[in-house]
Amino acid sequence: MATLAAGKRRPLLRVHNLKTYFFPDEGTVRAVDGASFEVCAGQTLGIVGESGCGKSVTARSILRIVEHPGEIVEGEIRYLHRTDGREVELDLAQVSADGREMRQIRGGEIAMIFQEPMTSFSPVHPIGSQIVEAIRLHSPLGKREARERAADLLRQVGISRAEARLNEYAYQLSGGLRQRAMIAMALSAEPRVLIADEPTTALDVTTQAQILDLLRQLQTDLGMAIILITHNLGVVAEMCDNVVVMYLGRVVEEGSVDAIFHNPKHPYTRLLLQSIPSLYSEARVPLPTISGAIPHPYNRPEGCPFHDRCPQFIPGTCDRHVPELQALDERESDQLVSCFLYHEPTDERA
Amino acid sequence: MAGWLIRRTLFAFATLWAISMLSFVVIQIPPGDYVTSYIAQLQAQGTIFTEHEAQALRDLYGLDQPVILQYFRWLGLMAQGNFGVSFEFNRPVLDVIGDRFLLTIVVSVAALLLTWIVALPIGIYSAVKQYSIGDYAFTFIGFIGLAVPGFLLALVLMYFGFVLFDANVGGLFSPEYAQADWSWDKFWDLMQHMPIPALALGLAGTAFLIRIMRANLLDELRKPYLVTARAKGLTNNRAVLKYPVRVALNPFVSIVPFVLRDIVGGSVIVSIVLSLPTVGPILLKSLIAQDSFLAGTIILLLGVITVVGTLISDILLVILDPRIKFEARGG
Ligand SMILES: Nc1ncnc2c1ncn2[C@@H]1O[C@H](COP(=O)(O)OP(=O)(O)O)[C@@H](O)[C@H]1O
Ligand SMILES: [Mg+2]
Repeated sequence: MATLAAGKRRPLLRVHNLKTYFFPDEGTVRAVDGASFEVCAGQTLGIVGESGCGKSVTARSILRIVEHPGEIVEGEIRYLHRTDGREVELDLAQVSADGREMRQIRGGEIAMIFQEPMTSFSPVHPIGSQIVEAIRLHSPLGKREARERAADLLRQVGISRAEARLNEYAYQLSGGLRQRAMIAMALSAEPRVLIADEPTTALDVTTQAQILDLLRQLQTDLGMAIILITHNLGVVAEMCDNVVVMYLGRVVEEGSVDAIFHNPKHPYTRLLLQSIPSLYSEARVPLPTISGAIPHPYNRPEGCPFHDRCPQFIPGTCDRHVPELQALDERESDQLVSCFLYHEPTDERA
Repeated sequence: MAGWLIRRTLFAFATLWAISMLSFVVIQIPPGDYVTSYIAQLQAQGTIFTEHEAQALRDLYGLDQPVILQYFRWLGLMAQGNFGVSFEFNRPVLDVIGDRFLLTIVVSVAALLLTWIVALPIGIYSAVKQYSIGDYAFTFIGFIGLAVPGFLLALVLMYFGFVLFDANVGGLFSPEYAQADWSWDKFWDLMQHMPIPALALGLAGTAFLIRIMRANLLDELRKPYLVTARAKGLTNNRAVLKYPVRVALNPFVSIVPFVLRDIVGGSVIVSIVLSLPTVGPILLKSLIAQDSFLAGTIILLLGVITVVGTLISDILLVILDPRIKFEARGG
């Protein structure tokens, strides 16, 4: 299967056909159902899709912190693990979730920030102690040095009065400062990949822009890869090099920001783009919405998961075969799409 | 913060004051004034009592004065350490109570500690392993604990203690220590007698606290900060213990006064069943005999235990939860 060729560089992280299911008593939730993408150092990959399409579960799968009753049931998460100065490719889907290797990587090499900085900090521990803990988990620093480093980190993310802030609690900071502190904590071990799960969704527009600026700045300084999860295509246009569009746990289209915004192929991507104000729509014309509701996670449609809402539905094909993510054509391997408008069904099932 | 503490302390005193009025009402309830009953009792025992002595007693308690003045006089006398006389025992109330108050505290605190020590790990286990066999088992035992009254449990425990362990059941001391002065040996003897009363008094509270801890922790386990903690690289167990369990401790602590109140209340009847040398048995006796001062004093003392316990748990809560400190500073 073709994957996105990101220049000549070797990707830091390659997710291939990842499936993460939840098994509650009521049935199986196929939260992530065959997601594939990759990201290189210094690049930002955007993951977009409606709420509930499996973005957060994908992120938690990469870090191996999917909660019970969830499980990675299939697929690979190939990561270039740095150990003893060498790089070793490791399949994170196969290592023990609570083992030493994974704990080194989690927070050490792949860090994560979250949507709700308020509830993502413990309400009863000072910010400083939580950052110090993160620092000491991945370095041999003593308490005092770790505290100094924590203050440095706060300054690095643009928080003034850093020493005093260390003693404060999450509820004493503004939303923007909280998210900055969260970023500082994620940076504490100088991670190579930063996963930001809707980092600006809970913030007002001005603060949102500041946080995005900060992330861009930090990426330039530290050269890390960023996986930016969002349902806001404006944020994607502003921040990302490549984009992955997800629908019901699957990647439906993948490509450079240019390709996705100017030459979208998948009907779902097109609809998503039309629903952004100002970009494609005229003033005072109601925004088109995607018809139908997202199917209930317990009963997904047969065939292409989008077929029952798709304006270009091909009867007999889309409801019977499952499309695969493939390069648009041989030469244009930059853009991948999972849609029978561009490919013939290849699976055996009929 | 200091202001908050002062407010809470004032509130505790106000509560105590209310309890003291209640106790005084208990003292006032019997018909006639107590000196009359006292004299009647003494005469029944053959003691000769002059009118002069009777008047001196009436003056001491201001019995010829309005009720409200009597109440304040009673408070004043207590402040001087004079808690009145017990007719039933014909001795000063403090003499009658003796070690019993201390032992009531010891038994209550032991029951409370047992409640905590047992409920905390089981509550954590039940939440973390929700719907496991262990969780169901503890839930089942917990419901029994909630449903069975303490005195019945005391009887059952006594029976099994006697049959299975040939234990010296009932009471808090072996006969050789009952009248002895305090010593380490006596203390050790007391500790050996503690399990049955502590269990009988503590089981209902334990079951209750397990429910509280389980429900709170289940809530906290869903909070994003646990994901953050795990994303840092903490093992799941350490992350759970360090963050959600820590946060769930707050409601767990704030519920303690209610448990303590039940323990202290329940101790009256359980003490009678187990014939513990606490204030419980003499409270019953004094109520039946209309032994006003004794009954009033004991009710007041039991009130003191719960009020002080509540105050301690409030203070603990402030130490545990910075949010309260913050609000307290703000408002
Ligand atoms: N703990 C869980 N148990 C069962 N289903 C879950 C759980 N967590 C997430 N899901 C399901 O997985 C799907 C994807 O969720 P999520 O990744 O959070 O979506 P989003 O794209 O909005 O981040 C949703 O249908 C959600 O209901
Ligand atoms: Mg999400």
